[in-house]
Amino acid sequence: MSALNSAMLLALLPELMVLALMGLVLIADLSGRVKGRNLGWLTIVGLVVVVLVSVSTAMPDATGAAVWGGTLKHDALSFVFRMLFLIAAALTVFFVLDVPALGDRGAFYLLLLASVLGMMLMAMANDLIMLFLAMETATIPLYVLAGFFTGRRDSVEAGFKYLLFGALASGFMLYGLSLLYGFSGGEVEFAALAQGLSKTQAPTWAVLAALMIVIAGFAFKVAAVPFHFWAPDVYQGAPTPVAAFLSTASKAAGFALLVRVALVAFPSGSLPWWGAALAAMAAATMTLGNILALTQTDLKRLLAYSSIGHAGYILMGVVAATKLGLTAVVFYLLVYMLTNLAAFGIVAVLERSTGSTSAANLAGLYKRSPWLTLATLAAFLSLAGVPPFAGFVAKVWVFMAAVEANLAWLAVIAVLNSIVGIYYYLVVLKVAYEYDPPEDAPPIVVSRPVVWALAALAVFIVIAGVAFGPWFGWGKWAAAALFP
Amino acid sequence: MRAMDFLTNHLLSLILFTPLLGAVVLWFLPDDKKIQRWAGFLFSLVPFVLTLVLWARFDLTRAAEFQFQEKAVWYGPIHASYHLGVDGVALTMVLLTTFLTPLALLASFSVQDRVKVYYMLFLFLETGMLGVFLSLDLMLFFVFWEIGLVPMFFLIFQWGSPKGERQVWPGLTVPSRVYAAFKFMIYTMAGSLGLLLAIQMLGVVTGTFDLPEVIEKWKSASGTILGFDAATLKALAFWAFTIAFALKVPVWPFHTWLPDAHTEAPTAGSMILAGVLLKLGAFGFLRFVLPLYPEQAKHYAGVLAFLGMMAIIFGAFAAWGQEDFKRLVAYSSVNHMGFVVLAIAAAAWAAGTEHANIALNGAVLQMFNHGLTAAGMFFLVGAIYERAHTRELKKFGGLFGHIPVYAGILVFTSMASLGLPGLNSFVSEFLIVRGAWPVFQLFTALSMIGLLITGAYILKGIKDVLFGPLTELADHLTDLTTREVLVMVPLMALMLILGVWPMWLLEVINRAVGG
Amino acid sequence: MNLPLLSLIIFLPIVAGTVMLLWPSASRDTIRRLALVTATITFLLSAWLYVRYDFVAGGYQFVEKYPWLPDLGISYHVGVDGLSAPLILLTGVVIFTGTLVSWNIDRPREFFGLLYILATGVFGVFAALDLFTLFFMYEVAVFPMYLLIVIWGWEKTREYAGMKLTLYLLVGSVLALVGGLAMVFAARENLGYLTFDLLELEKAGLSVGFQKFWFPIVFFGFAVLGGIFPVHNWSPDGHVAAPTAVSMFHAGVLMKLGAFAALRVGVMLMPEGAKFHLPWIILLTLVNVVYGAFIASVQQDFKYVIGFSSVSHMGLVIMGIATLNHDGLLGSGVQMFSHGVMTALFFAVVGMVYDRTHTRHIPSLGGMMKKLPWAGVAFIIAGLTSMGMPGFSGFIAEFPIFMGVWRYKPWIAIVAAISIVVTASYVLRVAHKVFFGPLPEEFKDIPDINIFDRVALVTLVFFLVAIGVFPHIMVPWIESGVNYVLTILGGA
Repeated sequence: MSALNSAMLLALLPELMVLALMGLVLIADLSGRVKGRNLGWLTIVGLVVVVLVSVSTAMPDATGAAVWGGTLKHDALSFVFRMLFLIAAALTVFFVLDVPALGDRGAFYLLLLASVLGMMLMAMANDLIMLFLAMETATIPLYVLAGFFTGRRDSVEAGFKYLLFGALASGFMLYGLSLLYGFSGGEVEFAALAQGLSKTQAPTWAVLAALMIVIAGFAFKVAAVPFHFWAPDVYQGAPTPVAAFLSTASKAAGFALLVRVALVAFPSGSLPWWGAALAAMAAATMTLGNILALTQTDLKRLLAYSSIGHAGYILMGVVAATKLGLTAVVFYLLVYMLTNLAAFGIVAVLERSTGSTSAANLAGLYKRSPWLTLATLAAFLSLAGVPPFAGFVAKVWVFMAAVEANLAWLAVIAVLNSIVGIYYYLVVLKVAYEYDPPEDAPPIVVSRPVVWALAALAVFIVIAGVAFGPWFGWGKWAAAALFP
Repeated sequence: MRAMDFLTNHLLSLILFTPLLGAVVLWFLPDDKKIQRWAGFLFSLVPFVLTLVLWARFDLTRAAEFQFQEKAVWYGPIHASYHLGVDGVALTMVLLTTFLTPLALLASFSVQDRVKVYYMLFLFLETGMLGVFLSLDLMLFFVFWEIGLVPMFFLIFQWGSPKGERQVWPGLTVPSRVYAAFKFMIYTMAGSLGLLLAIQMLGVVTGTFDLPEVIEKWKSASGTILGFDAATLKALAFWAFTIAFALKVPVWPFHTWLPDAHTEAPTAGSMILAGVLLKLGAFGFLRFVLPLYPEQAKHYAGVLAFLGMMAIIFGAFAAWGQEDFKRLVAYSSVNHMGFVVLAIAAAAWAAGTEHANIALNGAVLQMFNHGLTAAGMFFLVGAIYERAHTRELKKFGGLFGHIPVYAGILVFTSMASLGLPGLNSFVSEFLIVRGAWPVFQLFTALSMIGLLITGAYILKGIKDVLFGPLTELADHLTDLTTREVLVMVPLMALMLILGVWPMWLLEVINRAVGG
Repeated sequence: MNLPLLSLIIFLPIVAGTVMLLWPSASRDTIRRLALVTATITFLLSAWLYVRYDFVAGGYQFVEKYPWLPDLGISYHVGVDGLSAPLILLTGVVIFTGTLVSWNIDRPREFFGLLYILATGVFGVFAALDLFTLFFMYEVAVFPMYLLIVIWGWEKTREYAGMKLTLYLLVGSVLALVGGLAMVFAARENLGYLTFDLLELEKAGLSVGFQKFWFPIVFFGFAVLGGIFPVHNWSPDGHVAAPTAVSMFHAGVLMKLGAFAALRVGVMLMPEGAKFHLPWIILLTLVNVVYGAFIASVQQDFKYVIGFSSVSHMGLVIMGIATLNHDGLLGSGVQMFSHGVMTALFFAVVGMVYDRTHTRHIPSLGGMMKKLPWAGVAFIIAGLTSMGMPGFSGFIAEFPIFMGVWRYKPWIAIVAAISIVVTASYVLRVAHKVFFGPLPEEFKDIPDINIFDRVALVTLVFFLVAIGVFPHIMVPWIESGVNYVLTILGGA
């Protein structure tokens, strides 16, 4: 172990700054000087500063380096994801600001930042121990956030449900990790794990079984089949901005870690059936998610199932296990996070104005709020994968990755799924555009910060869908960390 | 003289398109029926005058060749061109068409409903008919062949006789004219289908649609073509052409559309239908079937002759049995056109002989003659129908003294139709029988029965209308107006001239068919 | 002249459409004027492009190429050849006339906004010389279609039909997309680099085995939109449910999109696969042609008649393509334009009648000629075109198609010809029932069509007649395109 040096600190600069921000928020909250939503503004400004400073000073070189004794990896892949989490958190705060009993609570922002911190570590984790630690750090605050509305039974139920499933998954995962540790002859670092496993020649079925148990933990985190079923209930019950955060940053963090495990510790071909198992999981996830989404009438549940479906598409990029595949995963997650945030943001607006998240509430939206309708159009069509919105190219890249990896069959399943997806997204849009508003429809009130956030997201969705070069470039840069 | 050059070089195009131009001009005329009528009529005189110019400039010594040819790129990629030309036969038919159309338009002055559209359709129809006679390109020919259906369909459909209903099948009853128009259209289109396919096939095999070239290349086609044995393919194509033309002539048993269409069409429509449209079919035989399929035509000449004979006999009997004056005249067309078919069959069988030559002379002359007499007869039937609003023979009677001018003209025209020596039809029917006799003795002999019955039905018609006691209808019946007489005078004059001195026309025809 | 004419045509509509959507406060009249100006300019530009295309030189002209994502060999690459130039013109014509007949549409802001986004997608596909550009534009065209049908369509079936249509088209296109991606990677094996450029993919020399496997997937993926049997039945439902201008767009242009893309991506990139599979595909098109005509002839709904007639006519288009010979392809090219204009005219007339009578049940209509003479004459002209009457563009199109089929398999030509008579019978029947005959009492006071409608009808009729009489104003364009296809097919 080398001594503490500036490079190590620089590598952890974003995390340290988030930590500092947490302290700042805590002090501000306790001091009582900064009240209500100003805490939120503080958080937003802080996160933006963190991003700006990190990008200007803490950029890793392409291949990056293992720091802190190989526990963490400071490379392009982790960096891109960390920045994404920060941005997602900032955007989430925009939607939170004006929510009563949420936006005015300092604890909320603290927990959010704590979770972000965990996620950032997840993106960097380079060994089994950090894997588990980071994951727990990220998840535990989320249990609380999901149940933040202590006065509301559904929120409490959501928090509790999330906790139970989360704990179960963690338990599984820990067990699987310990098995892998054993089979590899006591290796913890991902790269070493791969070598260790080949050296000890542990029975492949056993390794595969252990790996599957670990994957189960990931499946919980990214809401993939067969550990997806918590998602709809939790999303529905949790405060809408929390659901947004859960379905975006939390999922992305799961993937950030998964790609590292899947591509570094178990590169394709290292283990028979491993790729096939992951492919099957991808196929099952997208199919189940999309089909179950068909019958949903509640927007949050619909988005929950759709986010399960999207997890399937993203997994496809992981299965491909190529540079293009990883690029596609990063690009997809970027687009998906921002799009889904917009979608949840819209739902949040609707919930505040009408008191429910039923899709029927959208009726006549085109008359009640033309601008919100346009944002809905952009967000939902992007989720559906329709150009010129970003979701289209994102899908094309993952399909492309699958086809390149000779997984055309998976691509076909995926494209058929995307059709199913288009169906339910279009139904939502239909309600917004076709039907006339009911007589007693309450006016739609969109607060200023939400307008800014939604406008920015909608513009991004279009820009990334048309001028996709730079974002793809980021993805490629990130992918270069594992595929130089 | 550039104007004269233009006239010489584009005479056929001018004849062909002046009616169409007239139709377009008519569209922009003010909404005054009188102006529209006169404009339409005057426009139809232009092609007639041009045809006279054509007649005058036509080189008689080369009557068998195509003269005044025009050729321009039309549909380059599939080698179809805008190619026109006339020989003696076509010239005769063009004369008939441009001659009859003004008369038909003059006869239409009594039309009151949507005059403008009516006249436009008529002029449009004239272009269609002329195009068939003038085209020297198979595709172009087909264009005009089909396009003529459209105005005729609407003339029957919209200006046909307002009365009468027909049950198409139980539960569906439509006005008779609708029934007739649809039957006309669908029959003819179905008939043309084979023609269309055969033309396409010819285009594919020979790589061109230019008639002289097609004839040249098609003759030499042998072996296996398009997966067919050449002989089989030729026979198929022969029948495709034959059926299309036979439907138009019409040859028994393809004639059933004709009585309906003729009966329901407006007067002028019937005049043109019988006068010119039926000739299109016969002309098709002469222009396309005989040159393209000489062997097949010879091979199947017996069948054709049989059908011609059946048309003569059945047409005559059917006409005799009619109680409706217009239907009677309609069936007479079947009867008279049967002679044309018989002559063509004879010519096909005995191709190159003197008999064939005589038969063809008769055929073409009969086409011209029937054009005159049938137009005249239909006009006369129409004239009386306009007054009495009925065509039932039983309801007429004793008109001879009541409306003498009409009666005189009717008798004259009927006699021409019947084939009275000294009038036109006698000459052509004599030539046909003379030409066909040595070739198809039996069929020709049997056809004589038809000739007898012709006499019977025509006399029946005259008798029922003109003689016997006057009926209560007589009050409505007035004599022909000057305009109506003016329609008939040129027709009757030609009937007489052709009966007495047919050589001016036969000369052209003979040189054309004689080669 | 360095004016990016083609890009201007492609993007002008979407820019105008976006402006409309982003301008909620604009008045109804402002929007309509903006729409009319946009449509007129687009139409004129597309006509100008058509005229300026040099068919003697042939090949791709007005080419523009900008890198889009060089890493994956994706570029924005557009250009027109002899086959696509008429289709660009067609799109211009339909957007212009579609705008005119929609003058009194409800919610014009969203209507025209979505319609013009759709138009950009359509232009883009016709002009695309890059596989990615093509798919991108193709999908852009699909979603506005859904909303257009669902919002402004016929209340009874719009939700069902709109969704059915959208899903059918998307299933087809995404399957084709997978095929396209497979092609790109297979081409990389031979070329050594990744490219979506159609012109380079043409030369990639994909292996015969690959072509045989992927050709049907790609071809059908697109042919769905062309209405090929047995995946045609989205089209009549969709046409019927859609509002007038959308039906015009839909049957007029979108179905061409399918046939065109099937040719450009399917046949031109995988000629060997095409040669292997088309012999059986042509049988399906035969079913289209004959069965479509028969089904059309028994419909009682005015719009369904036209919908099924499109199935029949589009069958001819694909049949012509399937012959893979000069005449067949030439005819298909003309038929795409001709049918587009004709069917737009049909739907325009149907819409005019329906707007006034609120029924499309044929037996309930009658005597419309007296009330709507312009519409009646236009319908008759469209009808004559559809039955292949000489003098109209349909004949110019169908004649070479049949010749092509003669060269290919004579019996198919003979069987397919049945459809002509069937078509004639139903067109005449419908014309008779709707426009002639007694005028029902309740329609005594319906108003005649306005000047916008008339301009639209006259514009459409003009093209049908002009091409019918002077095929020379279109066939040289198409022939130059066809010759290029033939060189790809190995001078077959």
